Amino acid sequence: MSFTLKELSHSEDRLTEGHRLCAGCSESIVARQVLMASKKPVVVANATGCFEVSTTIYPFTSWNVPWIHSAFENAPASIGGVEATYLALKRKGKITEDINFLAFGGDGATYDIGFQALSGAIERGHRFLYVCLNNEAYMNTGIQRSGATGRGAQTTTCPAGTCVPGKKEFPKDLTRIIIAHDLPYAAQASPHNWRDLMEKAEKGLECGGPAFMNVVTPCPRGWRFDPALTIEISRLAVETCIWPLYEFEKGKWSLTGESKRIAEGKKEKRPVMDWIKSQGRFGHLLKDKWSPVIEEIQANVDKKWEELIKLSQM
Amino acid sequence: MEPIALNGDMAIAHAWRQIDPDVVASYPITPQTIIVENYAEFVANGEVETEYVCAESEHSAMSLCIGASAAGGRVATATASAGLAFMWEVLWIASAMRLPICMSVANRALSGPINIQCDHSDAMGARDTGWIQLFGENVQEAYDNTVMSFKIAEHSGVRLPIMTCIDGFIVTHALERLETLETQVVKDFVGPYQAVRPLLDLKNPTTYGPFSQTDYYFEHKYQIMEAMKRAKPVVKQVQKDYAKISGREHSIIEGYKTEDADYVIMAMGSTAGTLRHVVDELRHEGKKVGSVKLRLFRPFPFDEVKEMLEGKKGVAVMDRAISTGSSGPMFPEVRTALYDAVDRPDIANYVYGLGGRDVKIDELKGVYKQLMTKDHDMVNYLGVRP
Amino acid sequence: MADKSSKELEPGAMICEAGNAREYKTGDWRSKRPEVDKEKCTNCLFCWIYCPDNSIIVENEKMKGIKYSHCKGCGICANQCPAKAITMIEEGA
Repeated sequence: MSFTLKELSHSEDRLTEGHRLCAGCSESIVARQVLMASKKPVVVANATGCFEVSTTIYPFTSWNVPWIHSAFENAPASIGGVEATYLALKRKGKITEDINFLAFGGDGATYDIGFQALSGAIERGHRFLYVCLNNEAYMNTGIQRSGATGRGAQTTTCPAGTCVPGKKEFPKDLTRIIIAHDLPYAAQASPHNWRDLMEKAEKGLECGGPAFMNVVTPCPRGWRFDPALTIEISRLAVETCIWPLYEFEKGKWSLTGESKRIAEGKKEKRPVMDWIKSQGRFGHLLKDKWSPVIEEIQANVDKKWEELIKLSQM
Repeated sequence: MEPIALNGDMAIAHAWRQIDPDVVASYPITPQTIIVENYAEFVANGEVETEYVCAESEHSAMSLCIGASAAGGRVATATASAGLAFMWEVLWIASAMRLPICMSVANRALSGPINIQCDHSDAMGARDTGWIQLFGENVQEAYDNTVMSFKIAEHSGVRLPIMTCIDGFIVTHALERLETLETQVVKDFVGPYQAVRPLLDLKNPTTYGPFSQTDYYFEHKYQIMEAMKRAKPVVKQVQKDYAKISGREHSIIEGYKTEDADYVIMAMGSTAGTLRHVVDELRHEGKKVGSVKLRLFRPFPFDEVKEMLEGKKGVAVMDRAISTGSSGPMFPEVRTALYDAVDRPDIANYVYGLGGRDVKIDELKGVYKQLMTKDHDMVNYLGVRP
Repeated sequence: MADKSSKELEPGAMICEAGNAREYKTGDWRSKRPEVDKEKCTNCLFCWIYCPDNSIIVENEKMKGIKYSHCKGCGICANQCPAKAITMIEEGA
């Protein structure tokens, strides 16, 4: 189903203004797009993190839909429980509506502390879409490294020093780990390509089983860029192939959006250096001393990109 | 109903089958596993309509229960030992959201070293989490408490989660004579579940689990304390109502030959049965002794404990757990209850039975003797090789 | 809403007034304000889909202005406007 902004502008506001996310934060941009993609009523579970805290500072809530936050590592289990009651009550005829189930978590909640709960919930086959708001570090606690933090990025727990160039490791490729569960639907998306993101969210919500979306969610504060550039930065992640857009649907991998056009040679694949230069968290890498790190990052991006092209041709 | 022979775990599964909760989410752990295995069979054979979820951990099991309960379902689970410890974080959230989840705990020691036998360290570690805690002595109480627990937790003035505890192996795996109720009688007693502001009420979208800072957190906690206070009379009332349908009288604290006793030993769980035997033997020798079984640990019944023990010459509090660096956890509660007593007994603490160590009749006789001679420390260890 | 006693609060810390965060005005966070030139605006609604704070007013599929009560002044709308119809202006200037 293709979305148009004019039609979408009639949508109800499922997430209202008045939340306390930083100016220019992309989390609410992503969440609004996902929420609008559901034609059916939604119930949302949220992991602890910026998004959870900022949208529900008591006694205020930005949520116009039923919403639950329980802890950091358990959003998939929380929504699985909601779905379990839904199934029981539906069986008993106590509820008749069709409802979509949705969970949001940051990369800390998804890649690290909540990985077990996510894997378990997917294996059990709960019908829910999990959306990882991936801003590549623990931003809610003040920018600490996570399993999603990129090689060479500076955070408060992997600072750049005279001996160490920021984070030493490459990020975990969580989307591919999730795909290894052989679930009905998984995808990577970016808020700059709202139509691609929303189509994926809709597929995930309607696939009849567990679905996963990993969304690049730029953080002006943690990544050190002008808040006005949030959408440009998310576009750049895709154009440099740092964050390829693709989906895994019923066993088939496909590149989408700009990534598809890059693979087809219809669009330029920009160098990783453009990504590095766009954000203060990589500023230290511009010293001559660390130029090999940039080469390593480029080599890794190229390797993963080639793998992805092969997978999408299978 | 004709009595049947079941073990403690099976008795709990039997009660769940009669209640047929909307959701059971759990993770296997010895010595609780028989409960969830039994229940899985009921599900497999269509004897219940429950949505049964096999979680990948106890943390997720309790998180599933929280989601399921907030969604508007009647929810049950079971755990033990390390499993309860792993749930610890989310236990607080279940009570803070005022979700009447019913959990059976097969009391077992905590690691390390790893040990699968009975003690109360698991439940005692969860005593501050805002859960009502009921302890049962035997298979019959395992069944009775399970049926009553739904009615207590779901009471409109309470709405708190509840854990019903039984001693691991000693009760969970012991085959005993059990009197059950007709399923319809149980269903009528428990009644239909009325959720408050469930998540699945789409017309009234509710936010569960917000960020409550310095301006509101204390008030939210205070509400739980008030609900806990209201729970005590509700437990008493439910026990009274249950007696009407079962003929079995329960109370939050039960004395055995305490009225004229000078020396009393107090315990929770299966040890209470052993104690009654010891009391009988010593009474036969002409000793004025009695015993007390505490069923309700949270909320702690200070007034009832005081009333039961005031005026005795000596009281021993038996703790099957230790708050390392202090005493057994029940001891300070009992001492606090007796502080305002006009006629305050000599009070000693006996930590015993850790990791499933048997408590012997002679050892318990020894405790009475030490009370009589005041030959004891404040905190004593029974049955350990120092 | 502050200073309610525990008795006045919904049990379980539930918030029963959905979307009441609207009452919390984040507009005073702003140091720069977006101003729209409707002569240039093509009503493409990119500003609306990319606004993190629901602060683009849309009526009948047309961009009608900025909700200054909540706009935090991030500047995404100005940056994403293909027609360059939105300009960021220093508050108080």
